[in-house]
Amino acid sequence: MTWGLMMTELPDFLPVLPEFLLICAALGLLMAGAFLREGKAASDVIGLWAVLFMTVSGLLVVSGSGGNITTFNGMFITDHFSVFMKILILVSGSVTLMMSLPWLQDERISKFEFPILVLFATVGMLMMVSANDLMAMYLGLELQSLSLYVIAAYHRDNSRATEAGMKYFVLGSLASGLLLFGASFVYGFTGQTEFDGLAKSLAGVDKASMGAIIGAVFIIFGLAFKLSAVPFHMWTPDVYEGAPAPVTAFFALAPKIAAMALLVRVLTGPFMAMAEQWQQIVMILAMASMILGAFAALNQTNIKRLMAYSSIGHVGYALIGLSVGNMIGVLGLLVYLTIYLVMNLGVFAIILSMRQKGRLTEGIEDLSGLAKTQPLMAAALAALMFSMAGIPPLAGFFSKLYVFIAAIESQMYVLAIVGVLTSVVSAFYYLRIIKIMYFDEPVETFDKPLSRAVALTLAASSIVVLGFFLYPPPLLMQAEEATAALFPG
Amino acid sequence: MPDIALGHYLIVGAILFILGFLGIFLNRKNVIIILMSIELMLLAVNINMVAFSAYWHDLTGQVFTMFILTVAAAETAIGLAIVVVLFRNRGTIAVEEINQMKG
Repeated sequence: MTWGLMMTELPDFLPVLPEFLLICAALGLLMAGAFLREGKAASDVIGLWAVLFMTVSGLLVVSGSGGNITTFNGMFITDHFSVFMKILILVSGSVTLMMSLPWLQDERISKFEFPILVLFATVGMLMMVSANDLMAMYLGLELQSLSLYVIAAYHRDNSRATEAGMKYFVLGSLASGLLLFGASFVYGFTGQTEFDGLAKSLAGVDKASMGAIIGAVFIIFGLAFKLSAVPFHMWTPDVYEGAPAPVTAFFALAPKIAAMALLVRVLTGPFMAMAEQWQQIVMILAMASMILGAFAALNQTNIKRLMAYSSIGHVGYALIGLSVGNMIGVLGLLVYLTIYLVMNLGVFAIILSMRQKGRLTEGIEDLSGLAKTQPLMAAALAALMFSMAGIPPLAGFFSKLYVFIAAIESQMYVLAIVGVLTSVVSAFYYLRIIKIMYFDEPVETFDKPLSRAVALTLAASSIVVLGFFLYPPPLLMQAEEATAALFPG
Repeated sequence: MPDIALGHYLIVGAILFILGFLGIFLNRKNVIIILMSIELMLLAVNINMVAFSAYWHDLTGQVFTMFILTVAAAETAIGLAIVVVLFRNRGTIAVEEINQMKG
């Protein structure tokens, strides 16, 4: 055997440096965790290193941001869109991890595997965002999902957490199966798996073949499961309620952003030629999610379950932007996701500090009288809730405004009307929390000292939510640049 | 003797996929059967992939199949691990018993 035959050109590693770093970090930390003495210190140290590596990876993402670069034979793409989404994912991953470490410590379920699993899930999400091929898409998605299944069942002595893990596993694998079935049809009826090639071959024919359309529909269904858009949302409330609070916080943010990014890239890239077909489907998903998110949350008593329905509703609003299917719509979606991230970080900071006499509480009633016992925290939560309800001039108002404007400009009035009506309905349960905090008598007070990460996150997110209207251009400009990468010319 | 064409493979794939899909939702007994149904769905996709790969004379489909097989193995391992912790907590893995949370 001669070595000449064995030689192949090494792909360009520069664009994948952030992912590469995180994978090496996760493997290294796994090794370190195995050899460090088990105990309180080990998991904290590894958690902090994980946060550090995510930060460095974020810096690499920013510093490497250029135009469109593909590598690994066109399977991996970095552009302004992927940079934007990766920053959102890394921020949500690292901040939730920072907030989780003290929480897990207090609950005595802190193990060094947790930050490592979060790292692996994050790498999977980064790969999803940068996927430029059906195969790369599937592998990124599975790296993410497999880590998330384990994280969901992380509290393994708790029967509700394991039940959550089981449900998430079954429905998640079902979703992967649907997605793969779709991928096989798309491949079979075009002979391509690469997104650029798919776009060319689907745009080339007058009418896309039925097989390719079926494939695209299955891929949308698979991703809608991961997004928890109605009617694929069944797992969401149970998993959010059963999993430990830091896991819920992580689930509500990073995987949603990644799945949305992948959906946007797939639909506006290879499947743009069949926009007429997928716009209908996304529109139905958006309307169903908004309606269910508003009505099902009305009589919830568990705050994590409430946040599950709230997140389903928010996914619906974000999908309005996608179903419009043009630059304005996607721009609105990106702004929506960013503000959703900021608001939810704040709300989960509070959920993570709901602890009375050393015992965890999750009931909405446990917030009663918070304004008297902890006025600052109550004020922050009130601001966040007003923002989620979409009351001007808070950030949540603008995020809804952008997607509604996009819908109206493309004459999709039904979507905008349903959106406005459901936000009125959902305002009821957001405002109810404020009412409970400010007008009900306190029963029991929360344990005072917030961990520093939680306090900082809460402060930062409420400041952003309150002050966004003063100076929105930075976010808008970045989002515009990101959108432009998806719609060249 | 009629030839076996692409369509036949696709029909087999679709039947297996639907069987797997129904197996998840109609099954009221055992979680292990759900794991088998998931595996069946992935294998149906593999049949599709290989058939299309042969049809196009293109190796991509077969490479994809290799990846699916690998990931499916990892997925089943995780699924079984979750079944084990579930059994330790509950003492049962009957599907009807997985209903502590409702909504």
